[in-house]
Amino acid sequence: MATPAITTTATKRMTIREALSQALREELNRDDRVFLMGEEIGVWGGTYAVTRGFFDEFGERRVRDTPIAEMVIAGAAAGAAMAGLRPIAEIMTINFAFLALDAIVNHAAKVHYMFGGQFSCPLVVRTTTGGGRQLGATHSHSPEIIFAHFPGLYVCCPATASDAYGLLKTAIRNDNPVLFVEHSTLYQKRDEVPADDPDYTLPVGKSNILREGKHVTLVSFSKGVHICLEAAEKLAQEGIEAEVVDLRWLRPLDTDLLIESFKKTNRMVVVEEGHALFGVGAEVAAQVTEKAFDWMDAPIKRVTTIDAPLPYAREIEQMALPDANKVIAAVKEIL
Amino acid sequence: MADLSKDELLDMYYDMVLIRRFEEKSEELYQQGKIGGFLHLYIGQEATGVGAIRALRPEDHFFTAYRDHGVAIARGIDIKGLMAEMLGKSTGVSKGKGGSMHLASREHNFWGGYAIVGGHLPLAAGVALRARYNNEDFGVLCMMGDGATNIGYFHESLNLSAVWDLPVVWLVENNQYGMGTAVERASGVTEIVKKAAAYGMKEGPRADGMDVLATYDAVKEAMEYARRTGPVLMEALTYRFVGHSMGDPERYRTKDEVREYQEGDPIGKFGASLTAKRKAKKDELVALDKKAAEEVEAAVRFAEESPEPTYEDLFRDIYV
Ligand SMILES: Cc1ncc(C[n+]2csc(CCOP(=O)(O)OP(=O)(O)O)c2C)c(N)n1
Ligand SMILES: [Mg+2]
Repeated sequence: MATPAITTTATKRMTIREALSQALREELNRDDRVFLMGEEIGVWGGTYAVTRGFFDEFGERRVRDTPIAEMVIAGAAAGAAMAGLRPIAEIMTINFAFLALDAIVNHAAKVHYMFGGQFSCPLVVRTTTGGGRQLGATHSHSPEIIFAHFPGLYVCCPATASDAYGLLKTAIRNDNPVLFVEHSTLYQKRDEVPADDPDYTLPVGKSNILREGKHVTLVSFSKGVHICLEAAEKLAQEGIEAEVVDLRWLRPLDTDLLIESFKKTNRMVVVEEGHALFGVGAEVAAQVTEKAFDWMDAPIKRVTTIDAPLPYAREIEQMALPDANKVIAAVKEIL
Repeated sequence: MADLSKDELLDMYYDMVLIRRFEEKSEELYQQGKIGGFLHLYIGQEATGVGAIRALRPEDHFFTAYRDHGVAIARGIDIKGLMAEMLGKSTGVSKGKGGSMHLASREHNFWGGYAIVGGHLPLAAGVALRARYNNEDFGVLCMMGDGATNIGYFHESLNLSAVWDLPVVWLVENNQYGMGTAVERASGVTEIVKKAAAYGMKEGPRADGMDVLATYDAVKEAMEYARRTGPVLMEALTYRFVGHSMGDPERYRTKDEVREYQEGDPIGKFGASLTAKRKAKKDELVALDKKAAEEVEAAVRFAEESPEPTYEDLFRDIYV
């Protein structure tokens, strides 16, 4: 099992929002170089309330409200990181990160390489992704895979509170730029989080088996993990044992664990909230096909958002998104 | 007027000549196929680069765009490493990974040349933030072309620098064209320093960028203001004597226009004023010219003899 042992004894049940807040608070207290910048993170308290109270607690030196200016939020944070600070830039939602794409891809992810290792960029860009909230086509993207395309950047997409806590600390303490993608509908999800280990971190690029099974491997990250867990629960009632792999990171992609699981189950369904074309499922299927073709008993299936922009109307928006029933149907097609 | 000794002035003259020789040599090497990619020469703009960089203190930081050879030389970075970078050698300042457009030297607080127009402006703001965050006494000089003042990065970076009182001098090297587009065809405001008003930022001077000492004085004063108070937008009015990059057909300007500016060559002008007003001897200047040519030859030899990066180097420095 790939889950690193939790070395702590005590845990506390908390939401992903609380886990993120706690990680940020502890890191701000641990290291004066760590600071936050972004839109509405200070006086407002964060549009997803992750930084509520921080402005009063840490002051405007550490918790810096910015203008609505994604290019300079990402770019200035990258510059500050190059200069030796440890900025955590918040992009209100990943939909607005398209405006910051150049700063992230061309600079944060490239300065180390392009200047022969002279500079590093220990930057975290925190943002939130996902559809399903009736926000229409511009506000419902799940484009984290776009960022995962580029060497030089890490992309981390936690699905649980304990991972959110540990992975955010990992991202902050890592010397490379990390896009840290939260899911806008998961902030209230609860689980047990290490409570007495402020140095709890998780390794970069290691995925996690959340449920063991031998008939099929369900692969996902972020919200898709919960869809897979729900599907696995229902499948279990029919005697189908699904293994659930939480990728945690899109880059680096933990191919080893995927192959290991696939060699056991010989079948795989990849679930993601992005579109199918050139997505995570496409990449995972390609790698598994290349590296474990002899273990393949059926085509690898994908459950993704349909190939259309997301609409406003509630019912058809839900139809467009992946859900447990679609995952179950996909599993049954290949069993 | 700049408070500089004769030796310092001769040093500046030397740098200008060294840049000119370095650029002429680079052009030659490009034509021989030894330098690849895009090559943007600084010929004509030497006074701006040397004046501005010499106005910095050692603890100050600076950024520029892809037309970056001149400022690197003006900061005193060994031209061997610069030339090796141009030739794509592992001894280059960026280990052959950056090329002509991406020179940098951490130990000189030179954060690099950047090839995405305007892309370095927010980075400069970020470095300047460290000065305020840690209460450090340094400023950041961020140079850019006139064309860069029309891109979104310019607006966002200048605005943030004003809101946070960052110690940045935004220095526009106004050489009157962005590639082939004249300033008045690309910008609603042609007197670029006026854009400072949009940010409540100090409007700096439009310095004569063909006069090294005028540029030096203006940047020095602006940097002092920036360190103490906050950002300044200023210009250096200059002109490039050669194409935007190699192979520019130059359809956007006349030969007469270029010739007119060449008559006011910043190196010739500075040399003449040194002999007229600072008792420099003609021989001294000629000796410096010769020394510069030799230094460039030695740099080329070093670069040519240096090893190429290897296949393994491809994978080095992607991550820390
Ligand atoms: C974002 C972006 N758009 C376009 C280009 C192509 N480009 C390279 S240099 C240049 C002109 C820039 O002119 P200016 O800022 O005045 O600098 P100069 O070359 O005159 O020094 C253009 C359009 C680019 N590199 N980056
Ligand atoms: Mg120009």
